[in-house]
Order: sequence, then structure tokens, then C-alpha cells
Amino acid sequence: MNLEPNALQSELRDLARQAARDCLGPDAARNDREERFPEENLRSLARQGLFGINVPMTYGGRGAGVVAYALAVRELATGCAGTTVALMVTNMVAEAIVKFGDDAQRTRWLPPLLRGEHAAASFCLSEPGSGSDAASLRATARRDGDDYVLDGTKAWITSGGHAGLYLIMARTSPDGGSRGISAFVVEAGTPGLLPGRPEDKLGLRGSVTTQLVLDGCRVPVSHRLGAEGDGFKVAMGSLDGGRIGVAAQACGIASAAQKAAVGFARRTGAAGRPIGDSQAIQWLVADSETELDAGWLLCLKAASLKDRGLAHSREAAMAKVFCTEMANEVCHRALQVHGPEGYTAEHPVERHLRDARVTRIYEGTSEVQRIVIARESLKALA
Amino acid sequence: MVDFEFTQEQLMVRDLARSFAQKDVAPHAHAWDEQSRYPAEAVRKMGELGLMGVAVPPEWDGAGFDTISYVLAMEEVSAACASTGVVMSVNNSLVCDPLLKFGTDAQKRDWLAPLASGRLLGCFALSEPASGSDAGAAQCFARLSDDGTHYIVDGTKNWITNGPDADVCILIAVTERGKGNRGMTAFISPIPSEGLTIGAHEKKLGIKASSTSQLVYAQVKIPVELRLGAVGDGFKVAMATLDGGRIGIAAQALGIGRAAYEASVRYSQERMAFGAPISQLQAIQFKLADMATRLEAARLLTLRAAMLKDQKARHSKESAMAKLFASETAMWVTTQAIQVFGGNGYVSDFPVERHFRDAKITEIYEGTSEIQRLVIAASTLKEMGA
Repeated sequence: MNLEPNALQSELRDLARQAARDCLGPDAARNDREERFPEENLRSLARQGLFGINVPMTYGGRGAGVVAYALAVRELATGCAGTTVALMVTNMVAEAIVKFGDDAQRTRWLPPLLRGEHAAASFCLSEPGSGSDAASLRATARRDGDDYVLDGTKAWITSGGHAGLYLIMARTSPDGGSRGISAFVVEAGTPGLLPGRPEDKLGLRGSVTTQLVLDGCRVPVSHRLGAEGDGFKVAMGSLDGGRIGVAAQACGIASAAQKAAVGFARRTGAAGRPIGDSQAIQWLVADSETELDAGWLLCLKAASLKDRGLAHSREAAMAKVFCTEMANEVCHRALQVHGPEGYTAEHPVERHLRDARVTRIYEGTSEVQRIVIARESLKALA
Repeated sequence: MVDFEFTQEQLMVRDLARSFAQKDVAPHAHAWDEQSRYPAEAVRKMGELGLMGVAVPPEWDGAGFDTISYVLAMEEVSAACASTGVVMSVNNSLVCDPLLKFGTDAQKRDWLAPLASGRLLGCFALSEPASGSDAGAAQCFARLSDDGTHYIVDGTKNWITNGPDADVCILIAVTERGKGNRGMTAFISPIPSEGLTIGAHEKKLGIKASSTSQLVYAQVKIPVELRLGAVGDGFKVAMATLDGGRIGIAAQALGIGRAAYEASVRYSQERMAFGAPISQLQAIQFKLADMATRLEAARLLTLRAAMLKDQKARHSKESAMAKLFASETAMWVTTQAIQVFGGNGYVSDFPVERHFRDAKITEIYEGTSEIQRLVIAASTLKEMGA
């Protein structure tokens, strides 16, 4: 057992820490208030190699692995969780292109994306009528000569309208459930690819989320990622790593909230002493600190298993459900430490709390994670 | 490089402890609990296997493994029987550890070696009838004799695990009144000794197969050669010892929680309701998922604290986190386990009732949950202000 990051992992962590402090953090409150897509910051993160943390160097990535990715995401999320989610989805799409794409596809899409020529990439699986039950999606991709024609509506698209690439799961066979789904990369500007208006969200307001209408959207066969019918595999393979990313993001949000709470407890007085001197406050601090460390260790373990190519579905699900629920608790406690001030936008904790809430929902709800964990537990002791 | 792999040696110790625990401990745990019977035979075997001095170097007759190995072994033994687990934990963490860290070579030869090999059994005495968490308020007094050859001890020590069965005690006593934490000194106190009375067995809620009693000192002479560490260092010895002890108790809690979890998973696949095993109900699945997740989180916190101890890095805060989280997880998991078993969980025909009773003590001894939170908060408020 070793918890000391290696040189490359430390480098990515430090790079992300600096970006969070100098770029993401200072803009976070404004992004949130104005629902402003952080275009410049994202391109700057791309130029620092953070769009392809786990993408091989051949394609312009850092080839640093999943632990490095978790370390970087945690740091970035302490600055601005909204900017971070756009980066996370972009990394996920880039990794899917590496894993399931052929050489021509990798060469066509990865270098420009990782150079920051696009502000982000989007991942399009959910629909208005299907979320956790992804295999029931209804968008279609109809073969027409050397093209596919995509029709349908996708929902909850992070960076919709701003992304340069959209990884879209659509049905190529009317039956066959999960096996009738294929994955496509669609470039922004393709006729029939129509992002909707931004959702008015509780949190992560610095990221833009839209629907995506596909209206006779025509793409060449060469834009299909993997074989026909492999789309569900592409989606699930991506989400597995995505869960580790969300766990790390939740840890970042939680650590920002905890840091704010501890600072507030030290400098705010009541009855002539800092409120941090009272056990009522100390208990909130101690529980948050303990749960944060516990969550972070779960996240690191899942990441290190994935780095080693070992089975990690159960561990990734554990990390995701624990870290995201922990982050919500930690943010609630941090707000409580601040008292009424914490309820205002004068302090960052109310934003952290709103940002933390979605982590329990996206990339597999807490409920889906529990089903995964229980299934693995029952199998192990059957 | 971040990794969570165990070494071959660590895995070997875990497997050895597991096979011992499953063969020689688990089949008897129910009876020992029911009869409050001290597991003398199992303790003797643990000595032979090296489990009574897991992290003590071979030169002092220990097994020579590390703290991670100790954690893995503690979890295995405690999963079978938490009482046997605490006997092991006290001997390893609260007796061998301070002797190794603070003892002279002569003290190590005379006491550590027989304790680490299981020829002697140790206990640790800090709490008193009127002082627990506030250890600095202890009253038990050790006065240096006029000729300077021995100390004379008077006072009462409470909640002494292994007390009725131990051959020696690590005793923390006041040597200078009015100086609080700085007026305390540690001693190696042989049992039996003239004037030392072992109190009646406490009748406990759980860990009933471990023995717990008072130690009553009345003019007990302890030679100066058996002072452990410097005069006035007793509190320091106690706190350093408990940092390690908390890792042991965290591992014990993990074992209890894991046993309740595994029993629940198995039971849920056998018990039928509404025409199918209850394991097919999300109401049950979600409990199992949360039990598994919290146990894994507790395990990682415990292993991290052990790793830091092995690296000789600071680990007070991390030990407190491990102990707090693992003990509260054990309590929560065993509560859920009874719920999974329903009425069957409430009777002693099934083991989860025992696990539930055993779990409770882990939130109390070697620093209550409240003390752990104090340690963690103080450290956090200090660190983040720096």
C-alpha cells in the first residue's frame, strides 16, 4: 500500500491546483451567477493538457492514468465545479475515442480537441424518456448508403451548444435492447444537430446543459465509433471511469466547503472566542474531515485498480455513491458552520451545496450505484 | 505511486489468521459468549502463531511483521470472535507496543519477549472509577520509597481488559500531584503482586468472553527498574500507545462489521418472502450495498493509519479517524444486520445479535467517539490555520 503520487501524478495535481487557484476559482461565483459558459478557462485547461489526462501522448494527451485524473479533477473542482464537469465529460469522450475508435478517427478528432480548438466535447446518452435505464433509449440511426441519419432527442447534454464534438448513442436496430445501440461522433455544425436552450439548473450553473434534437442529422459511416451494436458497451465503458471522476469532483467540492468552514470557524467570534473553540462546531469539522478522507481513499482505490487493468466496477460504484453523498453532507455542515451568512451568495458554501447536489444524480444515480454494489456483493458470497 | 496492493507477507499473515480464526475460534464464539468464558486455548494458539506480537521484531520473540499485517490479522480474528480479538489487540497494541517503544533492553528481554511470544499475557491500566476520557485527572499514586529502590502504588484502575488473566500490567500512575498530564509515569506492574487485588469480573453487554476487572493497588511495591520511560512521561507513553491501540480497535470493529455483513448477505439469499429470496428486494439490496461501502471506507482509513505507523509518520489524527469511522460503521452495520434478519436477528440463535452487542464497545474504549472527534477537530483547525 502506498499513497504517495508518482512524479507525473504530482505534476498533474499541481497543475490543476494552480489552475483552480488562479483561473477557475476567481471566476466561479460569476459563472454561477450569470450562467456563463467558461469558454476561455476551458481552452486554457486544454492547452495545459488537461483535456486528455488519460489519453496517450501520441494523440496529444498526457497518458497519466486514472489516479492522475482523479487527483486533477479533485483540485479543479475546488475552484469551479461547473468548469470541471465540462472538462470531465471532454476527457470521457476523448478516452472513448482512444478506446473504441480506429486510427483514422483518433487522428481526425483527438489532436484538435486536445489542443483546445474546441471548448469541450459532449456525451449524449440520456433522453427525456430514459436515464438510468439507458438501454431503452429511442433515438435512431438509420443506415442510408454510406451515411447514417440520426433522429430523436437527447437530454442533459453537458456543454450542449458549445462543444465541438458530440458522442451520441442511437439505436441502429429497432429490437435487441442494449445490443441494438451504436455510438457516433458528430461534429458541431452538422446540419440537423440542434442544441436546445440551456436548462435552468439548481447548481453547476457555470456549465451549460441542454437538450439536443437530432433532426435528420446525417453523418458518414466513418463517424461510427466501434462496430454497429457496440454503442451500449461504449457508453458503459465510459461511465465506469466517469464514476471515478464524479467521485473525485465530489471530493473537490467537499474539500472546498470544508476549507471555507474551518476558516470561518477560526476567524468568527462568539462570546469572545472563535466558534471553532466550541464542541458543537468541532464535531461538524471532525465528521466532515473523516468522511472526506474515507471517500477520497475509496476514490483513489477505484482509480488505482482501473490503472492496473483490474476489475473495479464495484469499487467505482462505492466511491461514487459514498463520495457524492458525503459531499452533500459536508456542504450542509459547512453551511451550518457559517450560520445565516452561509445561506447567502456572500460566501461560496451555498454554491458548493448546490453544485454537490447533482453529483448524486449524474453518471449513474446513487440508486444505480447501490444496485451495482449489491449485485456484486451477492455474487461474491453466493 | 498510489497503490492499494498488499505484499506477499501481508497476505500470508492474513491467510494464517483467517484459517486459525475459522477453524479454532468461530465454531466456539457463540458458546464462549453465552458462558462468558475466556478463550484460553485460542489465546495460547495465537501465541504459537505469532499473533500476540505481530509487529514485534524477532529479536524480542515477536513475529516481525508490520502494522498492516496486524490490521489484517485483527480483522480476521475479530470477525470470528470479537472477544478473542480484544485479547489480541490489548496484548499487541497496549502492552507490546509501549514496551518496544519505551522499554530498556532488560525490560524487553524480561517482559516484551515472553509477551510477544504468548508465554505471558498483558493488560493496560489507565482509566479509573472517576476518570476515563479525562485521563489527566487520574488519582492512582506511585510514591518513590525513601531509599529510592522502589515505588509504592495505591489506587484503583478500572475497565482492565485481560485483568483477571494477565501476568503483567502497563500501569499509568501519578508520581507528582498537581502537575496533571506531566505528573504521570508508566510502570511495568507484575501480576500477582503483594497488595494487588484483581476485582470481580465485570458483567458486560458484549465482548463477554474477554475478561474485564478492576485492579486495586494497596501499598504495592514496584522496583524502580520497572519504570517504563522517564518520570513524568506517563501521559506521553499512554497517548502514543493509544494512537496504535486505536488502529487495533478500528480493525476489531471492521471484523465485527464484516461478520455481520457477510451473515446478512448469506441470510438474504436463503430467506424467502413474497415468493423469492429477500436478496431480490431493493429494500434489502440497498442495506447490503451501504454496509459493504461503509466497511470498505473504514478498512481503507484503518489501513492508511497502519501504513503511516509503519512509515513512522505522524498518525494521531488518522488513527482517530479510523477508530471513529470504523467503530460507528460497526455499530451501524450490525444494527442494519439485525434488521435484515428480522426477528431472527433479535435472538441468539443467529450470530448478528452477538455482533451488535460486541460492536458497541468499540465506540467507547481506547478513546470514545467523542474523544476521537476532539482529536480530529483540534488537528484540523490547527492544520488549516497554518
